[in-house]
Amino acid sequence: MLSDRPITPSTLGVKDLPWQIEWDKDLCTQCGRCTSVCPVSAIELGVFRKRTIVTPAGLRKKPSNEHSIFYGIRQKTDPAYGCIGCSMCNMVCPNNAIQPNRDEGSTTLKYHNDRGGQPRTRGGRRNSEESLLDQIKFMRISMLTDPALDAGRHEFSLNTLLGRVLSPEQSLKCMAENGWKPPVREIYPLVIGGMSFGALSPNMWEGLQMGVAYLNEELGMPVRISTGEGGCPPRLLRSKFLKYVILQIASGYFGWDEIIHAIPEMQVDPCAIEIKYGQGAKPGDGGLLMWHKVNKLIAAIRGVPTGISLPSPPTHQTQYSIEESVAKMIQSMSMAWGFRVPVYPKISASSTSLAVLNNLTRNPYAAGLAIDGEDGGTGAAYNVSMNHMGHPIASNLRDCYNALVVTGQQNELPLMAGGGIGKSGNLAANAAALIMLGASAVQVGKYVMQAGAGCLGSEKDRCNVCNIGICPKGITSQDPRLYRRLDPEKVAERVVDFYLSFDTEIKKIIAPLGRSSSLPIGMSDALGISDRDAAERLGIKYVV
Amino acid sequence: MCRLFALTSRDPISPMRAIDALNVMKEGHDGSGVGLYLNGLSGPFEELKDCPILSGIFTEAGLRRLDQYSMDKGFKSKFSILYAPDGPPPVGTPVRGTYAAIAYSVPKGWENLSEAEQGSRLVQMRLDLKKMGEESGDMMVFSFWPDTIVIKEVGDPLEIGEYLQLDRNKDIYARRILAQGRQNTNYAINLYACHPFFIEGVASMTNGENTAFIPIKEYLQSRNITGYSGYQSDSEVFTHIAHYTTKRLGLDIRAYKHIITPLSDSEIAEHPDREFLTELKRSCRKLIIDGPNCVIGCLPGGRMFMTQDRKKFRPGIVGGKDGIFGFSSEVCGLNAAIPDRDKSKDFQPMHLDTVIVGPDCKEIIQCSQTDQLPRQL
Ligand code: SF4
Ligand code: SF4
Repeated sequence: MLSDRPITPSTLGVKDLPWQIEWDKDLCTQCGRCTSVCPVSAIELGVFRKRTIVTPAGLRKKPSNEHSIFYGIRQKTDPAYGCIGCSMCNMVCPNNAIQPNRDEGSTTLKYHNDRGGQPRTRGGRRNSEESLLDQIKFMRISMLTDPALDAGRHEFSLNTLLGRVLSPEQSLKCMAENGWKPPVREIYPLVIGGMSFGALSPNMWEGLQMGVAYLNEELGMPVRISTGEGGCPPRLLRSKFLKYVILQIASGYFGWDEIIHAIPEMQVDPCAIEIKYGQGAKPGDGGLLMWHKVNKLIAAIRGVPTGISLPSPPTHQTQYSIEESVAKMIQSMSMAWGFRVPVYPKISASSTSLAVLNNLTRNPYAAGLAIDGEDGGTGAAYNVSMNHMGHPIASNLRDCYNALVVTGQQNELPLMAGGGIGKSGNLAANAAALIMLGASAVQVGKYVMQAGAGCLGSEKDRCNVCNIGICPKGITSQDPRLYRRLDPEKVAERVVDFYLSFDTEIKKIIAPLGRSSSLPIGMSDALGISDRDAAERLGIKYVV
Repeated sequence: MCRLFALTSRDPISPMRAIDALNVMKEGHDGSGVGLYLNGLSGPFEELKDCPILSGIFTEAGLRRLDQYSMDKGFKSKFSILYAPDGPPPVGTPVRGTYAAIAYSVPKGWENLSEAEQGSRLVQMRLDLKKMGEESGDMMVFSFWPDTIVIKEVGDPLEIGEYLQLDRNKDIYARRILAQGRQNTNYAINLYACHPFFIEGVASMTNGENTAFIPIKEYLQSRNITGYSGYQSDSEVFTHIAHYTTKRLGLDIRAYKHIITPLSDSEIAEHPDREFLTELKRSCRKLIIDGPNCVIGCLPGGRMFMTQDRKKFRPGIVGGKDGIFGFSSEVCGLNAAIPDRDKSKDFQPMHLDTVIVGPDCKEIIQCSQTDQLPRQL
C-alpha cells in the first residue's frame, strides 16, 4: 500500500460503505472460501503488517521493534466493489469468522455508485419497508349471532375464476342459444407472477415448474404460474403441464416465435395468455435483460444472439394506442388458440388503470385485468424508477373494483392484484386484504423467490444484484457455476411448502369471518385500518 | 337467534296461530320484534284479488298524504282495514298511529301494461312512499302488492298480536303466513330491518347471519332493478336473490339453492345437469351466501319453501297434514301449531335439500340438489 494514498473525489473509507465486513483474525483459518464466493469481489486476501514493540525486563536494554506480517481478509473500498451484504461469505466460512454488518449511517456510497456516468441499476426491491397492506386488520369476526367456523375442520372453497364470466342473464341466454362462451379457468387465487426464463436461472425455473406441477397433480391445488416475457422451453410447450402455465407476451415479443410454432403440437392449451404492458416497480419502462445473462440457452429460446442486452420497449411499438393495442392483442391472441384460452392484459397500477379497465369491460374477449403496484420486484431497473415511480396497489385496485361495482361487472371481469404482497412475510394476510378489497386473485413473484429459493435480498438494499447475473444463490444467474448451487427439487419442495402454509393461513383468516363457500372478494366490511385517510380512501372502517 | 314460523293452509287461518308457535319458541328470541307476511287473504280482500294492497303504519298526517299521493296516481281505495289501538302499547312498543291495509283499484290503462311493468311501478310507488315517510316520519310502508299484507312491529310477538287484535279480524285471515320473532343482534332496532322481506310477490325470512352480505348487496344494487335497495338487514338479500332467480332469470325455485349454495365441483361433475350448473355457479358466484342461514319463503302462486345453507348450522323442520303444513325453525313450534300431524313424516332439510309445499297443501315435496332439474331449466 502506498504511503501517500491518493485521496480522489470518490475515495471511500470502509466506514463509508453501507455494508462493512467484520472479520475475526483469531477464528479465520485462511481457507479463502469467502473471497472466492463473494459475488462482487468485495473482499480479497490481504497481507497485513504488524509492528510489535518488545520491551525487555529491566532498564538496561532499549525496547525494540519487531515487524511481522499476517494474512487475512481485506474489504475493498472501491465503490465498484462495494459489499452488498449478501452474507455468502458467512455462509461458506467454516469458522464463522466473517460477516457483513450494515452501517445505517453510511450513505456516502450512494453518491459514488454511478461511476462512468451511468446511474445505478439494481434488481429486486423498492427498499422501503413500510406496507399499507400490513396495517389492515380483519375485524368483522363472527361471534355473536353465529359461531366462527373451524378453519381446521370445515370445507373451504378457495378457488377463483380467471376469464370473463358472463352475467347470469347473458349466461342463460348463451346456453339457450348455444352461443360462444368466453373461456374461464378455475384457479387458486395465489398466482406466481411473471418471472421470465432468462431472468431466472434454469434451475430456479425448473424448481418452480416442478412445484406447480406437484401442487396440481398431487395436491389438487390449481396453482398457476406466469412465464414472464422470454418464452417458454420447447419441451414444456409440448407437455401436458402447459395447462398450468400462463404464457406472457410483452413488448419485446421474446420467445414468441417458438410459442407460435409450437401451437400445432401443443397437447393442451395454456391456462391463459397475459399481455404485459407494464410492471409496477418501473411503470412506463420496458423490461431489460442485461447482456450478462444472455447465454446460449437463453439466446436459443428467445431467438437472439448471445451476450447482448435485451431491452423490451415500454410500449408495444406496433400498436397505435393502448385502446387499440388492448383490443387488437386480445383479439389476435384469442384467435391464435381458437378462442379457447383467456387473454388478459397486465398493466402497472397508475392513474390510467381505470381507463384501461373501462376499455376492457366493453371488450367481450377480455378475460380480466392484472394490476401491478409499485412494490413489486423487478429484475432490472434504475434506482430512480424503482424508488420513486409507481402507484401503490391497494387504492388502485379498490378504485378499479368500485368502478366495476358501479357497472355491475364485479367479478365478471376478474381483477388480479400484485406488487408488494408478502413483502414483509405476511403473504396470506396481504393477499386476503387485497381479495377483500376486490381482487379475484393475487400475483406474487418476489415472495416466491424469497421463500422458494432462499433469496438473500432484502428491502434494506441487501444483495439486489439480480440484474447482473451474479446472484450468489443462483436464482437469477445464467452462469452454471452459480445456478448449480440451487437444487431445483428443493425449490419445488419449498414452493409446495409455502403454498400449503398459505392455504392454512388464509383459512385461518376467513374462517373467523364466517366465510367458507366462496372467496370473500369485496368483503370490505371485514377490514379496518388505523389510518383515517387510508380508511376513507379505501372505503373500509377506521379503527384505532 | 331469530325464530321463524310459517304456515300454509288450504283454508284461511288466523295469524295468531303462527304467533302462538313463535311464543312456544320464545327461548330463542328476545321479543324485540315481530314480522308477519299474509298471503291468500280471506274476506273482502279475497274478492279484490287483483287490487294491490298497501300495508304499513301511518300517522293521521301520513294517511292524508297517502290519500293525496294515491289520488294523484289515479289509485282509488276499495277496501281498507285501519286499526288504531286505543289501549297503551306493550312495554317497548312505541305509540305509532294507524296500522293499515288498503286495497286499491288501479288506474285506467294499467291493464294494458305488461305484468313486469305493473310490478316495477308498484315497487316504485312503495319506495316513493317509504322515502316520503322516512323524511317526515309519518309513514312506514312494508308492501304494496295484490293479496299481500305485511305487518311489522317492535315488541314481543304475542303481546303485539293481542295488542293489534289479530285474532278478531277475520278479514286478515290468510292461507299463507310467514312469521318471525326477532332477536335483535347486530343492528339498531329498525322496523324495515325486520323479516319477512317482500318484493313483487316474493317473501322470505331467515335466521342467522349472512357473512357475504356486503358483496351480495353491492352486486344486487348494481343489477339496476327497482326495489333492490334498503338492506337494513343482512338477510334482505335472500328475498331479492329469490326474486332475481325466479322473476329475472325465470328459473324454478329449485334453482335457488343451486345459486345460494352451489354444489362443490366434484359433486357437479357427477350431476346430470353439470353444464347448466357449472354455468350457473360461475355466473351467480356473487350470490353465494356464506350463512349460516335457514331460509323460509313464499312465492307468487302460493308455493312455500324452506332451504338451508350448506353448513347447516341453523336447523329447520317441516311437517303437517293434508290441508295444513308448518315450516318452523324449532320442532316445538311445529308441535304447538299442528299437534295432530303424523310426526314420523316431519322432514328436516339437510344441506342439499329444498322443501316445497304447493298451494294445494297436499304434501311435502323434497328436492335434493343432486337431483336432475326439471326440463325447462
Ligand atoms: S456479504 Fe456478500 S458481497 Fe459482502 S463480502 Fe460477503 S460475500 Fe461479498
Ligand atoms: S471463509 Fe472464513 S475461515 Fe475461510 S478465509 Fe474467509 S473468513 Fe477465513
